[in-house]
Amino acid sequence: MTDKLRSLKEAISEHVRPGDSVVLGACLEPEVPFAAAHEIIRQNITGLNMIAPISDVSTDMLIGAGCCSAITGAWVGNVSSGLGHNYRRSIEKAEPYRVDVHDHSNFSLGMALMAGAYGMPYAPMRSILGSDILKSNPEHRVAENPFSETGEKVVLVPPLKPDVAIIAVQRADRFGNNHHWGSRGLIFEAAMAAEKLILLADEIVEPDTISSDPSRVLVPGFLCTAVCHVPAGIHPSPMTGRWQRDTAFFGEYHKASRTREGFLAWLDDWVMNLPDHDAYLSKLGTRLNDLKITDSALAAPTNYAAE
Amino acid sequence: MTDYSVQELMIVAAAREIRDCEVVFVGMRLPITAFGVARLTHAPNAVGLFESGVVRYQPADGMLYTMGDNANQLNAAWTSGLIEVMSHLQRGRVDAGFIGGAEIDRFGNINTSYIGDFKNPATKLPGSGGAADIAAMSKRTLAIMNHEKRRLVERVDYITSPGYLDGGNTRKEAGLNGGPAAVITDRAILRPHGKGNELHLASSHPGQSIEDIREHTGWNLLLHPDATETPTPTKDELAALHAIDKEGFWR
Repeated sequence: MTDKLRSLKEAISEHVRPGDSVVLGACLEPEVPFAAAHEIIRQNITGLNMIAPISDVSTDMLIGAGCCSAITGAWVGNVSSGLGHNYRRSIEKAEPYRVDVHDHSNFSLGMALMAGAYGMPYAPMRSILGSDILKSNPEHRVAENPFSETGEKVVLVPPLKPDVAIIAVQRADRFGNNHHWGSRGLIFEAAMAAEKLILLADEIVEPDTISSDPSRVLVPGFLCTAVCHVPAGIHPSPMTGRWQRDTAFFGEYHKASRTREGFLAWLDDWVMNLPDHDAYLSKLGTRLNDLKITDSALAAPTNYAAE
Repeated sequence: MTDYSVQELMIVAAAREIRDCEVVFVGMRLPITAFGVARLTHAPNAVGLFESGVVRYQPADGMLYTMGDNANQLNAAWTSGLIEVMSHLQRGRVDAGFIGGAEIDRFGNINTSYIGDFKNPATKLPGSGGAADIAAMSKRTLAIMNHEKRRLVERVDYITSPGYLDGGNTRKEAGLNGGPAAVITDRAILRPHGKGNELHLASSHPGQSIEDIREHTGWNLLLHPDATETPTPTKDELAALHAIDKEGFWR
C-alpha cells in the first residue's frame, strides 16, 4: 500500500487544478471541509465548477474569493442565517463576476453522482417533473419510460464524474482507509464518482483501527488520492462525535459578508492573512475548545470474528 | 391576549396535518417542532425523514439549527445518505412533506430560486435543496409561509417546487401524483378545492377577518365551502409544544 499522507497544502496544490470540477463537502450541513476551501482560496485556484447539494457557506466563500466560476448544485446560501451574499452579488450584479449555475434539486444531484459512481450512462428519476429546473438546466431531459404501457414520463439525469472530491472523515489511516459515521448526504456517491479523492481526517489512526470495523468504511483507501491530517478542518460545521456546530460563526460571516468590502475584510482576517489551518485554529483559540464534543455515546461493540 | 403565539398556532395546525404512522419529510424550524407535537399527541408512530440521511422516531432534544446538527444524529433510527432517504419519496412511501418558500401562487407552486427572469434575476434565492423533490414526490405537500401579498402571488416567477402547475389536471399531465394539501400561514390555512385545484381559504386564524386575509393575498382568494376558524391549540397540544420548546423560542 502507498503512503498517501500529505499536508493539506500539498494535497490541494498537487490535485486541484484551475478549471476542475470539485465536490467539497457533499454531506449537506455537517462535515464541510472548510479548511480545504480556505487552502484553495490561499492558492488562488480559479475557474472551479463547485458541485454540491448544499455545502453551507463554503460555496459562497469560494464565489466571493474568485475561485468558483460555476455551480452545479441544489442550494447555495447560509443554512442558519439565510441568503448567501456573495452568491446574490454574483448573480444579481455580476460582482465580482457572474457564476454559471447548473440548477439541480438535491435528489437530481444525487442521481447524477450516483450515475457517475456506478458507471451508469444516465439515471432515470421521477423528480423535478413540473419544476422549472428543467428549463433553467436543460442538461436534464424528459423522456418516456420504455417499459411503461401508459407513456409514463421520466427525467434522465446525465452522470457527474467530478475531477476531485474533497471529503472530511472522523478518522483515516495513512493509506487512505477511513471511517465516517453519522449522516452521509452524498459523500459516498461523490467519493465513488470522482477521479481523485482527497480526505481530510480529523484523526490519523493505525490501519488496525480501520480494519477492525470495515462496515464503517466510507470507501476503501485504494480510491483515495491523498489523506491529510486536519483536526477541526470542518469548522464551523459540525462533525458527528467530534465537533459541535459553531452557529455564531455562520452568523458573523453572514453579517460581515453583507457588503463586498466586508467580505474581503473577513477573508483577509480568517483566510488570507493566515498561513495555514494551524494558524486558523490558533486564531479560534478557546472558542474551539468549547466546540469539542466531550460527552461519550459509544456504539455497542461489533464482533467480526471468523471462528 | 391568548395563551399561545401565532407561531405556536401554526405549529399546532401543522402537527394536525400529520396522521399516526405516517412517514413525513420534516424540515427545520417550525415543521420539526410540529412533528414533535404530533408524536406527543395524536401521531405517536409517525416517522421523520431528513434529506441529509437521518431518519428519526423521537425528535432530537433541544433546538436544532440544521438537520446535520450533532443532536439529530444521536440515537437516530438511521443515519444514512441522501439517496437512501429521498428514495422513499420516489418509492411512494412518503405521506407528507413540509416545505417553505419565498413565493407561492394560487396553484401552490413554490419559488425558492429566482425572483424575476431566471436568466437575469432581480433576486437570487438559495435554490431548491430538496424542496422540489419533496413537492414532486410526496403524497401531500404541506407549505408553511408568512402571509404577505408579495409572497402569496398570482403566479410565481419560477416554479422550483411544483404544486398544481396551471391548475386542473396539469400536475397529473406532467407526470406527478400528490400535490399541495395545505398552506399554513400566520393568518390562515389554504387548501386546494374543486377541479381547478386552486388554493381556497379553508380556515382563518382567530382574530383574522376574511377581508384582511384577502387583502394580504396576491390573487382573488375564494372561500372554501367548508371554511371555518382555525381551532385554538388544546391544552394537550400546548403541553406537548412546551415540552419540546423548553426555551420558549416560539412563544
